[in-house]
Amino acid sequence: MDHSRLKELIEAAWGEQARCRLDTARGVNEVTCGRATLAQLCGRLFHEWGFAFAGLIVEEGASEWSLRYVFYGAEQDARWVHVVAAAPLAETVFPSIAVQARIFAADWHEREAEDLYGVHFDGHPRLGDFVLHDDAWQEGVQPMRRGFDAAAAMRDRRPVADWRPRRAVKESGAFILPIGPKFSGVTESVHFQLETVGEDVIRSWTRLFFKWRAVEKLAEGKEAQDALLLAERFAATTAFAHGLAFCRAVEAICGTDVPARARLLRVLLAELERLRQHAGAIQEICESTALVVANSQAGLIEEELLRVSGELAGHRYLFGLLAPGGLAADLPTGACARALQGAQAAVAKLDELERRLTVSSSFLDRLEEVGAIWPRTAKAYSLVGPVARASGLARDLRRAQPYLGYEAFDFDVPVEQEGDGYARLRVLFAEARQSARIIGQAVSALQEGEVHRPVSPAAGAALGWVEAPRGATFHWVRLDERGRVSRYRAVTPSFANWHSFHLGAEKFAFQDFPIILSTFDLSAAENDR
Amino acid sequence: MSQWVIKGIRTGIRSTQYPSAEERAAGVTPGLPAATMLERDAADMVARCPTRALAQAGGGVAVDYRRCVHCFRCVRGVQRPLAWHAGYEWAGRAAAARPRDGEPLDGPFRRSIHIVVVDAGDCGACLNEVRQLNNPYYNMHRLGFFITPTPRHADVLLVVGPGTDHMRVALRKVYDAMPTPKRVVAAGACALSGGVFAESFVCAHGVGELLPVDVEVPGNPPPPLAILHGLLVAVGRKPPAALLSALPGTTR
Repeated sequence: MDHSRLKELIEAAWGEQARCRLDTARGVNEVTCGRATLAQLCGRLFHEWGFAFAGLIVEEGASEWSLRYVFYGAEQDARWVHVVAAAPLAETVFPSIAVQARIFAADWHEREAEDLYGVHFDGHPRLGDFVLHDDAWQEGVQPMRRGFDAAAAMRDRRPVADWRPRRAVKESGAFILPIGPKFSGVTESVHFQLETVGEDVIRSWTRLFFKWRAVEKLAEGKEAQDALLLAERFAATTAFAHGLAFCRAVEAICGTDVPARARLLRVLLAELERLRQHAGAIQEICESTALVVANSQAGLIEEELLRVSGELAGHRYLFGLLAPGGLAADLPTGACARALQGAQAAVAKLDELERRLTVSSSFLDRLEEVGAIWPRTAKAYSLVGPVARASGLARDLRRAQPYLGYEAFDFDVPVEQEGDGYARLRVLFAEARQSARIIGQAVSALQEGEVHRPVSPAAGAALGWVEAPRGATFHWVRLDERGRVSRYRAVTPSFANWHSFHLGAEKFAFQDFPIILSTFDLSAAENDR
Repeated sequence: MSQWVIKGIRTGIRSTQYPSAEERAAGVTPGLPAATMLERDAADMVARCPTRALAQAGGGVAVDYRRCVHCFRCVRGVQRPLAWHAGYEWAGRAAAARPRDGEPLDGPFRRSIHIVVVDAGDCGACLNEVRQLNNPYYNMHRLGFFITPTPRHADVLLVVGPGTDHMRVALRKVYDAMPTPKRVVAAGACALSGGVFAESFVCAHGVGELLPVDVEVPGNPPPPLAILHGLLVAVGRKPPAALLSALPGTTR
């Protein structure tokens, strides 16, 4: 389905109620509609026309709200559709598309918007107690509003004193096993409540945002290059991908054409980061199953890739190289070739590790049929990354919405159907191999040239998207006349995938919990921001 | 399963010689800017630093390592870059550290130390570098350091992240649950100064606002060897870094 066909369909269905405006340069169809049409239109896009839901971006203008629902063609040759609904600031009730249009993927987006902006979503059953914990803050604190007074909010704290976890299991003898926010050895701060009557987890609840640093609020008023520091550092195991998405948004606003060498180097660095992050995820899976030698072997590979990154970029997590307009420093071609050798050596070791793991029955027993997410669920929740691809969704922005010239690279998008922990592990191994292939092609295509073009500041807004190691990420940036950030919203893969995690954790025994958690490769830092 | 045993033996010993010898492999540290004599463009250099880690000091630039976030603006895209410290022994004693004469952590127990790690809003990088301490390259067990899940068994509290509002209670509970004597090691620019999150209304300017910190490990993130150095400093097995001082020939 192309844009003109979509326009016909929308106009035939809603006439004057929904107006399409096509931005051919960016491939974005912006559909403006009223609140009455919103749920129906979004529902049709998602359920009938095969678009995936990327995220909801709320913006507070001078006099009105703008709620932007971003959809993208995930498995077809369609592009971006932004459904925009506006309302005067005094009117804060919008339809919940999670409920009224049954787009579950929008569930957490609506909860976040309600918590941070005070926008209410009609029909949503679980608003409140999400980003702002009820046992830390009273209702009515709306930190993302323009007029928010942080000092006053910190002075006047009236948390709910008798906060209790939500419960679903009513059977006699049912109890909650609480885990976290501090749990196990070296883990991120997340709280889980596992409901049970004995052995199996019947219902699980995930409580996030212990690490909420209000990054998006912090970015407001900063120059693009300073906001980039935040984009790189809010989830630094995938720093380059998030920094890149931010830079791409800024470059789209300012109409900057990134030089060819910088594009290739960005591909190289992004794939090196993916390879390293996947090796780290594989290590965590080996660790969770207590297979000691495999854990050590994977740990060696991860550290070797960290050293390759450090030697190439000067920083093990690739900080400080990105700049709007290209890269802040050129990387010598010889160093890139050495990094390629490092990546290839790592992949050879990963291949050997995978061969050994696939004949270790005690290891496979812990992963097979464990933590399964069905393809239907993956689609309904608009899951992304290796988690989605292990559940039959062949979604990869490098293919579906190519950027940085990925269309010229020869690589496969590995897909598995079972959706269990083992399928996710196989996808990680297969993607690591593809990353090394892409790095090889990037290095051989490298030619001398500049790596940075100055960015002439401009006002406007744009979406920057990147297939990060954990999946699709979408960064919405708005710059004001002075070139400063007036709105930044990072929709991250972990935000999409944590939403479905509770489904994977249910109907399994307690001892499977750490294994299921590790196979999802979720980051709380990326979710919480 | 014998394949794993054989593979493990064939891999041999990969662990670093540190602390008995220096680790010289490439890519183990991002380095840090070093205080540099710069008469001409010191003011410009200070203005380039986004976290106020640089300050003008008598004919040059001094560095507050607790604030450096590795943005590399003082070395990339400038005519005269700052000198670069490529080491990793960066840990120092915190200004407010407790007196510790004769405490058993410095004595008989210093080769069997249990560490509880708390993520107080970390971006994932510091935590990932702490995780590397258990991989064979760093193998902290050989030095008698062990990660424990429970504060009840812990001697050292290793904190990463700036100290987010929602983690204050959990962090305090972990600290209070630890038996004495105990040490707090804060690792990473965020844990020392808030890093890039310092201005956030829901972040502390480092965990020192929430807990008494004994040892500070700079870096964003500090590489595994720097964290290891911090742990060794915490139990008196290594001297604190001299790096955390001012410009040569000046006091600060």
